Amino acid sequence: MSDSTAIANGAPEAQHHEHPSYQRHHFESVEQQADATNFAMWLFLLTEIMFFGGLFTAYLIYRNWYYPAFVAASHQLNIFWGTANTGVLISSSFTMAMGVWCAETRRKSGLVLCLVLTFVLGLIFLGIKTIEYSEKIEKHHVPGFHYSVKNFTDPASDPETYKEYKDKPMPLDMARHTELYFFLYFAMTGMHALHMIIGIAILGFMIFRARAGAYTGGHVTFVENFGLYWHFVDIIWIFLFPLLYLISRHQ
Amino acid sequence: MSTNTIVSLPDQSTARIPKVNFLTKENGLLSWLLTGDHKRIAILYLISITFFFFIGGALAGLIRLELLTPQSDLMATDTYNKVFTMHGVIMIFLFLVPSVPATLGNFLIPIMLGAKDLALPKINLLSWYLYVVGGILVLYTMISGGVDTGWTFTTPLSTHYVNTNVMSTGLAVFIAGFSSIFTGLNFIVTIHKMRAPGMTWFRMPLFVWSHYAASILMVLGTPVLAIAIVLVALERTMGIGVFDPTKGGDPLLFQHLFWFYSHPAVYIMILPGMGVISEVISTFSRKRVFGYTAVAFSSVAIAVFGFFVWAHHMFIMGISNYAMLVFSLLTMLVAVPSAIKIFNWTFTLYKGSITFETPMLYAFGFMGLFTIGGLTGVFLGTSGTDIHLTETYFIVAHFHFVMVGGMLMAFLSGIHFWWPKMTGRMYPEKISQLAAVVTFIGFNFTFFPQFILGTLGMPRRYAAYPPEFQVLNVFSTAGATILGVGYLLPVLYLTWSLKYGEIAGNNPWQATGFEWQIQSPPLTENFTVTPIMDHEAYDYEWLENQKAKEVASVG
Repeated sequence: MSDSTAIANGAPEAQHHEHPSYQRHHFESVEQQADATNFAMWLFLLTEIMFFGGLFTAYLIYRNWYYPAFVAASHQLNIFWGTANTGVLISSSFTMAMGVWCAETRRKSGLVLCLVLTFVLGLIFLGIKTIEYSEKIEKHHVPGFHYSVKNFTDPASDPETYKEYKDKPMPLDMARHTELYFFLYFAMTGMHALHMIIGIAILGFMIFRARAGAYTGGHVTFVENFGLYWHFVDIIWIFLFPLLYLISRHQ
Repeated sequence: MSTNTIVSLPDQSTARIPKVNFLTKENGLLSWLLTGDHKRIAILYLISITFFFFIGGALAGLIRLELLTPQSDLMATDTYNKVFTMHGVIMIFLFLVPSVPATLGNFLIPIMLGAKDLALPKINLLSWYLYVVGGILVLYTMISGGVDTGWTFTTPLSTHYVNTNVMSTGLAVFIAGFSSIFTGLNFIVTIHKMRAPGMTWFRMPLFVWSHYAASILMVLGTPVLAIAIVLVALERTMGIGVFDPTKGGDPLLFQHLFWFYSHPAVYIMILPGMGVISEVISTFSRKRVFGYTAVAFSSVAIAVFGFFVWAHHMFIMGISNYAMLVFSLLTMLVAVPSAIKIFNWTFTLYKGSITFETPMLYAFGFMGLFTIGGLTGVFLGTSGTDIHLTETYFIVAHFHFVMVGGMLMAFLSGIHFWWPKMTGRMYPEKISQLAAVVTFIGFNFTFFPQFILGTLGMPRRYAAYPPEFQVLNVFSTAGATILGVGYLLPVLYLTWSLKYGEIAGNNPWQATGFEWQIQSPPLTENFTVTPIMDHEAYDYEWLENQKAKEVASVG
């Protein structure tokens, strides 16, 4: 019946017991705070999965409907740059994971180094993406923007791709569905790139804070949660890469 | 009846509102706009949603006035389209979705769990700001010409054919959606991680359980709405063709994505209301809620089933017969947990010591109207009858019975029930009982004729109708006037009570929740000492013992 102690009638301010400066006062303990924010981050990532889920659903449906168009269109993606980018992104996840470890073990210069490396790798990813996007613009493969189906109704017009895949000419009726493929390509990789840009901006902020020693004093929740976000963005790419570049490539 | 009441107020000649509380702790506009206190954010939300409720209500009044006569004479037909669209957008995204969770839920969930605040106070404040930005965008849409797609943004109408403000409305809904994601996320984290010692899952008030279920829906459903709206925007601006059949896209995909959120959204709207009803029914019949565990799990069951019934909005849109069969069956299943709740509340009343204070009157209104709304939902879930009734006024009547008769009644019930806790003062009892009765009568006058109109075949979303439907439409418009009075009254007397209401004391209802054991209005920190939950929820004997002990210690 100790509950009666909870009854408060205009009592003075709750006493301020000692706790570290980074503990918000509505939490009972630092552990509870770390636990709660961590859980919140996982939930947020769940909403992100649902968000991308809509696009994945659209992709899978249209891929089944317009299979030949989607296969031919996927031949237009640059597998070299795609693979390179996958490598870059996986490396950045490694440096990020090392960064979290450095923060936990209170290695300030190590943390700054890891964050800078992640930052640079993120920029490299976006740079490579820009190369790929400009290739699409040159070939008129941007939907709604001078889109042309020439490479699909007449594959020989694109000698490089033709040499490798020997695509048969498609009737216009099917070929025009490649526009849907490229729309989904741009929507999905664009949405992914947007998440990268947000991530890189936060990384820039974190590098400054890390140099001031903000994350190496025992309070690593922010670095940890950002790491979760970064790995999540990475995982989205791990699904995008095979779906857009790899499957049925040689059919 | 006046002697038969559980209200026990402190001696008015000596009682004072506690000097230190969350309202008086800090002063000035900035202390409100930058607050992290869940109770203050709840008040901010309450003011904003009331504002939008009355805008949406005024639009509803215009709709009913137009429908008073068979011709379209009050406004042009395309103006009518804009009016009902704005009514829908405002009422759904800016009133019903945040109504109970963002106000009462925000205020009460931390207190009910014995916590000092929600887990993420800044995210909570961000959620309110996002709501305000969404609201301003909707207002901008209205003054810059409105939008006429209906609140469902149906493609290809929204992407190809209309030239109104689809983009700004879409953006508003997108942003307001994130506000609701953050509210839901905050609730889930708080319920998992911030419970006081002894507060096990099955000692939580049912109000918390139903918010937990609604939060799951908010977190999982809303992002899908967000991506659907992004795709509509891209389709409109760039013509990318994902919903455009001439380019190989499929407008049905939009329907799937949209209703994947928007059907669960009706449970986002109704579940928190059900939580309010559980608290009120228990308090005013002095009994533990019958079948506590069943009611708790039925909330979760509604959330789970709710995700698998969306295609019943698409029976006439060309989905396959087999899909229709499956979704029809699943729709019937979702009626089971809703019925469990209604039956358990009824059993709670059985042999209870029932009193008829205002919150209880609204709760009775909820039970009756929600039951009618729910049962007509079963008619509509049956694919055969749905094909006859869909796109008629039967649909309009059905969802207004659930949303207005259900959720709005629950909202008003909750506002009256926790008003003394939020402000420290009682609302005036007699006039509020009158308001509850007026609302109930007005509601039935407004919406019951619409069931008949629907079965007679009057379509929804038209400004003009054949003259033989006029009598019932006049009934409906007259009822809307009464209903309007029923909604205006609480605003007036609740505002009045802020200054002149009787001092409520800690526990005017003799209720058992944590929120009633602390001062009203509460301290910013809610509790001076972390409370310990050492009894089951709704344990009225525990409350009696507490009181006896207090008397003994004072004596």
